[in-house]
Amino acid sequence: MSEFALLTLLIGALSLIAIGIGGLVLSRNLFRIVLALSLAEAGANLLLVLVGFRRDAIAPIIEQGHALTATMVDPIPQAMVLTAIVIGVGVQALALSLAIRAYVAYGTLDMNVMRSRMETDISDAAGAQPATSQHAPAGGRPLPPISAPRLAHNKGAQG
Amino acid sequence: MAWADLIILIMVVLVLAGAGAALFLENLLGAAVATALVSLGVSVFFVILRAPDVALTEAAVGAGLSGLLLALAAKRLGLWRIEVQQDSEDAGDSSC
Repeated sequence: MSEFALLTLLIGALSLIAIGIGGLVLSRNLFRIVLALSLAEAGANLLLVLVGFRRDAIAPIIEQGHALTATMVDPIPQAMVLTAIVIGVGVQALALSLAIRAYVAYGTLDMNVMRSRMETDISDAAGAQPATSQHAPAGGRPLPPISAPRLAHNKGAQG
Repeated sequence: MAWADLIILIMVVLVLAGAGAALFLENLLGAAVATALVSLGVSVFFVILRAPDVALTEAAVGAGLSGLLLALAAKRLGLWRIEVQQDSEDAGDSSC
């Protein structure tokens, strides 16, 4: 394993983490966010195994052909990564089930549409007008919190 | 050694292309398949880095089980939109 190959693998692992985190932050679709999380996790696992690599070493398995004193790659990151892979699939299953529940509740996977519908629900529950834009969060409502008579008036006007 | 370097370079480029496809494909089922493919390529890197047990687990769990989970969730979310089969798409939408 030459210097160039190790450097290539290091750049690949870091790029995979960067692509995953970028997709995690920039995607609007919930399903694609789960996919980006899986990508970042694969890159982190590759980076951890790469850290434990030693040059001219054998796999950390005792075999008949090798001497017991032969140099092995570091087995501790490999054991940790073995656990992290299985935990990652569990996290992915949990995230997918939450995405399915959100899809059933709001009827969409787009984060922007979901946020607007959620704000409409919250405004309805509070008895206020829904937001018209980000600069008018309560849709023309004055900045101090509404008092009880005004809330009753609003409800009466709407009903 | 030069051949091994070249093969590793090509594999890294393919895995990064799969990661880009997972983020930019319009078809979300295809994006899920691309994610499973990235997992498979990473398992090949584990073999090269002398971690055969991790590679075995990554190929079986990371590519197989995770791909199965993603495909089933995509079916539940109504993302199996294959343009050729209009009838099966309607059936899938009604079963959701």
